Amino acid sequence: MHNVANTPAASTPLEETGQLPAMFAREGVEPAPSTRRGPDYDLIQRSPEFTSLRRRFRRFVFPMSAGFFVWYLTYVVLAAYANDFMSTRVFGLVNVGMLLGLAQFVTTALITLVYVRFANREMDPRVAELRERAAVTEGTRQ
Amino acid sequence: MTTTELAESVPASNPLVNTGVFALFVAITLFVVYRAGNRGKKTTADYYAADSAFTGRQNGIALSGDFLSAASFLGIAGAIAIHGYDGFLYSIGFLVAWLVDLLLIAELLRNTGRFTMGDVLSFRMKQRPVRAASAASTLVISFFYMLAQMAGAGGLVALLLNVHSRLGQSLVIGVVGLVMVVYVLVGGMKGTTWVQIIKASILLVAATLITVFLLGKYGFNFSHLLTAATDNSPMGTSLLEPGGSYGASGTTRLDFVSLSLALVLGVASLPHVLMRFYTVPNSREARRSVVWATVCMFVFYLCTLVIGFGAAALVGSDEIKAAPGGENSAAPLLALHIGGTLLLGIISAVAFATILAVVAGLTITASASFAHDVYANIFKRGKAEPADEVRVARLTALVVGVMAILGGILANGQNIAFLVALALAVAASANLSTLLYSLFWKRFNTTGTLWSIYGGLAACLVLVLFSPVVSGAADSIFKSVDFHWFPLKNPGLVSIPFSFLCGFIGTMVGRSKADGAKHAEMEVRSLTGIGS
Repeated sequence: MHNVANTPAASTPLEETGQLPAMFAREGVEPAPSTRRGPDYDLIQRSPEFTSLRRRFRRFVFPMSAGFFVWYLTYVVLAAYANDFMSTRVFGLVNVGMLLGLAQFVTTALITLVYVRFANREMDPRVAELRERAAVTEGTRQ
Repeated sequence: MTTTELAESVPASNPLVNTGVFALFVAITLFVVYRAGNRGKKTTADYYAADSAFTGRQNGIALSGDFLSAASFLGIAGAIAIHGYDGFLYSIGFLVAWLVDLLLIAELLRNTGRFTMGDVLSFRMKQRPVRAASAASTLVISFFYMLAQMAGAGGLVALLLNVHSRLGQSLVIGVVGLVMVVYVLVGGMKGTTWVQIIKASILLVAATLITVFLLGKYGFNFSHLLTAATDNSPMGTSLLEPGGSYGASGTTRLDFVSLSLALVLGVASLPHVLMRFYTVPNSREARRSVVWATVCMFVFYLCTLVIGFGAAALVGSDEIKAAPGGENSAAPLLALHIGGTLLLGIISAVAFATILAVVAGLTITASASFAHDVYANIFKRGKAEPADEVRVARLTALVVGVMAILGGILANGQNIAFLVALALAVAASANLSTLLYSLFWKRFNTTGTLWSIYGGLAACLVLVLFSPVVSGAADSIFKSVDFHWFPLKNPGLVSIPFSFLCGFIGTMVGRSKADGAKHAEMEVRSLTGIGS
């Protein structure tokens, strides 16, 4: 079902002339188009570009996920157990609980915005670069 | 004109108008589905994933459509009108839940899989057992969710079409199921998605208009609206404080925490939501889908807050509780009060359409999981003809449709809120832990996958079976017997951590080692989309 696995990866003329860094081709191993199939995921995974992409991604999403989860749980526990605190009036009939609830709306929107900015600026260009290089070693598709 | 005068001058609900507007909606959507469906084409990519040709915005609106179900639209507005603040807590859970999808799941899932959740879970594991497990959890979740929607249709019928006889309601459930099956068979994923888009747009516009009207009525001052609501509610100002429906005892408080956990973690791992991400071409569009869905939900839930308190102020909880359909009738009654029969007709039609569209989405998910995971990959070991696979999927859709109709008729009038909560709890327990482990934990292996899916699934079902939902309480399914020992109505608080633990232990004790090469492929593919 993963049809990519069947794409033979021939070495390209560009690689042979050394004009482009053949970063995903195994060194010292003669590329054998008949046996090598698809992009070399193992090599890509170990490349510094990919590891830094992964680190960048995880450093962003893991703390962010933990953050919103803890913040949401705090709110839920407050709503369940701290009735008096949540019922404190702030202005008019609007109380702390209402404001904290709306704050959940606001933080959700903010995290979404921040993530989209992060993904567009930090992830997408690097992903595009990796894809381009992988395509180079994949060679001309037949 | 004062509120009471208004109430007296309000015409009664007019079933003819309701039916007319509903029939118009069905006619329009059927036409769209007919145009959208590629009747000559029998590819799996088209039937399951609409050829991945939708844009992020279209898919995002359709995604929000999956959530603006009758339960969340009518249910949350009603809960706010009656219980005040505690109803609002629901909508927050539903909204925050999108962050799980945005940050951890949507893009990686889009890059890794093709049609079903099983594609992702089985990517680096032993295909057949993992696909079987994934299909089992998909089918269970979809079935519970669908049962709740269909049973809800029965209650709605009573309210909106003035059909009170059991037979009449069953007949309407049958019609709803039939139209839904036609959507799925004719339109496939493409048609179903368009139905969701149309429905979500109408619902959003209607909710926004009602909200603006209500706010305008109170001089665009939210505090004035709150004053009117508390003045007219038997709860008084405690309408605005948490605890209206969950604050009774220590158990109900804990139950509420459990429900909130299931909400925030379950929404992101419902199979019919996950499958939506395959209808867009790449992970960038998947990201945009979540953003658009979040925007729609954001607006919509702010509106339900106003609509709920507006219903408390203008309709009053006595009238809402007395109406057929109870709590669920708050939004339609409000529509009747402010816009007369025509607005009620529109809101009712949209509520019906919602059930129709959500059930159609569930049906296509269930049929895809059966045809793709069970038939093509387990029976045929991945060597099924695409045309055969689509034929099996359509046949499954038909069977699922019949089951939904029968189940809906049987469950009509039952306590249905727990079915939705249960579906969410199962999703959060069986799917989320497995997805996260699979995407982020290198050592995770086949044994771990099976343990976390089946462990979470079994924990949920067992805990619910022995909870007050099934026996031993005044509102249980079996009132006369009492075999409950688990105090909470929602199992999430226990079953979600349990499935994470199962996945961990299973991985440790399992003899099957993680496949390094497949892990490399999955990790690279999930983050970059190379090869997808």
